[in-house]
Amino acid sequence: MTVDSIKNGIVIDHIEAGKGMKIYRFLNLDRLTCPVALLKNVVSAQKGKKDIIKIDGTLDIDFGVLGYIAPGITINIIRDGKIARKVHPQLPELVKDVIRCKNPRCITSTEQELQHVFKLTDRENHVYRCLYCETKAKTED
Amino acid sequence: MRSLIDILDLSVEEIAALIARAEDIIANPEKYAEICRHKKLATLFFEPSTRTRLSFEAAMMELGGNVLGFSEANSSSASKGESVSDTVKVVSCYADIIAMRHPKEGAPMVASMKASIPVINAGDGGHNHPTQTLADLLTIHREKGRFSGLNIGLCGDLKFGRTVHSLINAVARYENVRFTLISPNELRLPDYVLKDTLDKNNIPYVETESLEAVMPELDILYMTRVQRERFFNEADYIRLKDSYILTPEKLIPAKPDLCVLHPLPRVNEIAVAVDDDPRACYFKQALNGKYMRMALILMLLGL
Repeated sequence: MTVDSIKNGIVIDHIEAGKGMKIYRFLNLDRLTCPVALLKNVVSAQKGKKDIIKIDGTLDIDFGVLGYIAPGITINIIRDGKIARKVHPQLPELVKDVIRCKNPRCITSTEQELQHVFKLTDRENHVYRCLYCETKAKTED
Repeated sequence: MRSLIDILDLSVEEIAALIARAEDIIANPEKYAEICRHKKLATLFFEPSTRTRLSFEAAMMELGGNVLGFSEANSSSASKGESVSDTVKVVSCYADIIAMRHPKEGAPMVASMKASIPVINAGDGGHNHPTQTLADLLTIHREKGRFSGLNIGLCGDLKFGRTVHSLINAVARYENVRFTLISPNELRLPDYVLKDTLDKNNIPYVETESLEAVMPELDILYMTRVQRERFFNEADYIRLKDSYILTPEKLIPAKPDLCVLHPLPRVNEIAVAVDDDPRACYFKQALNGKYMRMALILMLLGL
């Protein structure tokens, strides 16, 4: 199977196999009008299998949040057919309005329009806790 | 704007400064009798807590300040659906400092982000209660003269007991401290406190179900109430509530300078007969809470 290389756009590489659709949905790629390819279960020398997303167009991406959703990915920014920039997103210190606090006693359960903010408390084990009640975020699958 | 939401918002040096201020207040009350004249403390108690509210109000009154507020959500605009954010923005127009008790965890933090005056967390659900910890710290300091080198026993509900978690976090920053964790298996200290605070800082601790077995080794015995409202199941509460009751007989093998603490209110976990023992420090602890709240109000108002 071949997918044309892109001239100006973004390639999100090294996505853990099976997580490509999650990123596709998170970035609302279905709303784009430019060509977008989601490749699943591509053979990878490092991981055995991986997913890849190719976007043939420009898009503002919150690299930090992607680091939370899919740690280990590589984002290649393509300009004139060449890799202009390579980003390896790190786990962000704060994640806003991506995770919702599940603690029914948390103030976020009643206070309208309050941002759901989670802070990184253990980088080694990828642990995020609610900024307000310190409840641990459920592991993303 | 400085607020106090979590005991760890205060450095060890700041806690030492608060203790020194509280000691000065105790020694020279007249010096502080008018220091908060024309200042107003708003006590926003979205759930009842008579002793904490009275302690804050007494603290402000002894500093010469005034107090306004409410003692339950039904008597506030929260009953009409007003958000915490809006409430504290309005109260910021009327008062100089807020003490907030709220059943929702994190509510005082939200308040501190929205208010234009300092906010003191006076208890948020099962989460934090930093001024109780300040009371505990002053009491330990007054009774023992130090924090380092103590074997601190924590007994009862270590799972839901927010005062226990805050005290561990605060005391873990001092050198050569040991903890003895005494609880039924169902109410053990949560793993995240064990791992994040004790294991991470290499602080020695033992876990036991037997209060009698460890009594002779303790310097501090911190008793807690098995709280009915923290249980989802009434049968579990009834089965566990009498697990650890301190009596004069159980205190016989204890050190003569043991310091028995309790955040109060007690139900029956400390027999009334223990009150006459000189090692019982829990009513002094309540008094110390007022002095530390006075010191804290002064610190946050920059006085």
